[in-house]
Amino acid sequence: MPTLDLSGRNYRDVPYEQKERLFEEVKADMRFDDYLHGCYDCGICVAACPSARFYDFSPRKIAQTVSREDVDLFYLFLNDSVWDCSQCFSCDVCPRKNSPGGLITLMREVAVKNGLASAQEALEGYGRVVYKIMATGTQVSPDMLQDNAFPDWGPHVKDISKNLETWRRALPPETLHTTETSWQVDDKTITELYLIWHMTGVMDMIKEVDEGLFMILQDVMEERLEEAGYDDISFD
Amino acid sequence: MIPHSAIFNQAKDRSFELDPAMAPNEDYHDILDRLEREGEWVVHRVPRPWVEEKNKYGRIKKIPVEKTWHHKSCGQCGHIPGYSTSVFWLNRKLGLDYLDPTDQTSCTAWNYYASATSNAAAQAAVAMRNFAAAYETGYFPIIHCATSFGHYKETREQLIHNPELRRQVREILGKLGKQLIMPEEIVHYSEWVHSVRERIAEKNVVDMSGLRATVHPACHYHKLIGEDAIYAPEVYGAQRSAIITGLLQALGMDVRDYSTWYDCCGFGFRHILVSRDFSRSFAVQRKIEVMKEEADPHVLITHDTGCVTTLDQSQFAAKAHGKNVGLPVMSDSQLAALSMGAHPYMVLQLHWHSTDVKPLLEKLGIDHKQKWAEFEAACAKLESGEKQYLTWEDAYA
Repeated sequence: MPTLDLSGRNYRDVPYEQKERLFEEVKADMRFDDYLHGCYDCGICVAACPSARFYDFSPRKIAQTVSREDVDLFYLFLNDSVWDCSQCFSCDVCPRKNSPGGLITLMREVAVKNGLASAQEALEGYGRVVYKIMATGTQVSPDMLQDNAFPDWGPHVKDISKNLETWRRALPPETLHTTETSWQVDDKTITELYLIWHMTGVMDMIKEVDEGLFMILQDVMEERLEEAGYDDISFD
Repeated sequence: MIPHSAIFNQAKDRSFELDPAMAPNEDYHDILDRLEREGEWVVHRVPRPWVEEKNKYGRIKKIPVEKTWHHKSCGQCGHIPGYSTSVFWLNRKLGLDYLDPTDQTSCTAWNYYASATSNAAAQAAVAMRNFAAAYETGYFPIIHCATSFGHYKETREQLIHNPELRRQVREILGKLGKQLIMPEEIVHYSEWVHSVRERIAEKNVVDMSGLRATVHPACHYHKLIGEDAIYAPEVYGAQRSAIITGLLQALGMDVRDYSTWYDCCGFGFRHILVSRDFSRSFAVQRKIEVMKEEADPHVLITHDTGCVTTLDQSQFAAKAHGKNVGLPVMSDSQLAALSMGAHPYMVLQLHWHSTDVKPLLEKLGIDHKQKWAEFEAACAKLESGEKQYLTWEDAYA
């Protein structure tokens, strides 16, 4: 198991002010006070954590670091640790009512929003999933089941891929005959989803971590919104 | 070696009182009502008839029996389509009115927990758009995915405690021509299955009593806003959520405990898609192998998209490493439908699963070769153009 380098030498050249700005961004989130109430350092969260069993990862260290406002260590975890979390919230078992998993959600959001290289690296290969969810409103679709994408799931994936169109038509619920989306979604619903992405700044986050994906989504969304009469909306 | 029963069945002997007077927080129902009185939102009331269950603190949770608006799961519909098909089949077989709407997006939380390419306002707006869409139909939302369920509970907490977030989301929904609607209860489909388990048992046509089963409770069901999950003294003395186990017991199955019941499945949200070595290792080493060694089950039953996916699909590759795998995995909805005589391929759609279910079907006296031949014959009609789609009538055949 690769171990975390906690010496700080990897981020020695990053200005303290920059690290502090990101830390303050996490603290300013309205959810922060619900997720951290101090830390007993008891380690119950680590005992419950699946990621701690397979990575050099510790929800206790995250809670301790944020609690102590150790900005340098925070920055190290922000880059080298948060993407190992499973986001299962087993750590919500905390006797102090902390949610280390919730803190990590906030840290990841800040990493994405600020376009950190570590976030870009963590999301490499994930672009098509983000595209699916933002463009179609469903995260995974039947046509993603290609045997070259899921060889470890077993030979049935090849069978599904080969028979996909027929097997989808063989599903009794009418809404499930789709292959590019998980279910049939109304055009109006998708338009409303695009408006939500637009009004909440999510596209700005995408632009920071994946410029190419942003441009593809921009084309898809602006065309749809224009067709729906929202000529004035731009994601630029 | 100490027998399994000597260790793990002890927990069943101790029972906890579910006493609302001992709850550490204010009842969310009271807050929802107060905010409605203050004009902050409209509370979508649970339609009659409902079943009253108890949550972790003994407070009443109303579970609607029918007039349900089915909030589907992207993963279930995408790669385990027999999961949601079984939920619908159960409603139809029990003669209950439900809606399978097309005006819905996924909760988008799988992506949110995987990539963080979203924020609180967007997530709350997606949730409230779906809730408003349900309200407009007169049907009450029932949520298929445990992550959607957990995330919506989390979103409800955020909206309750943050006036600024409510203002922001109300403004967004206003632009969509929608009101701010908060359901009186956020209901997971497995809570509905639990609530109608006696009706399911009454229509039982396949003898399930010879089956040993293990249960995996989904993290986002009972850990994320853990208060709002169903508990019952008769299931592990109310020390664990009652969902699934209550159903299996009603069907006469032998539910067996195992030491890593609290562990997650290994899904990891991003891991299952881009770091699957972790998901596979965790699912096999911390769940499947432990269950097989300690409980020797015929089947593993769970109640979430990610859990069925990870626990089922992770076993194939582990065979190459000589791991002790080969445990069929399905949802409570699929198992309930199977017990009521549903077709294993036309309804349960077990051919989308990785693990070999044939020995399980044989144990239940189901001729899987015959059933597969029926499914293939039905597909041949689709391919020849004789039929465009299979229908519910075909599924009843």
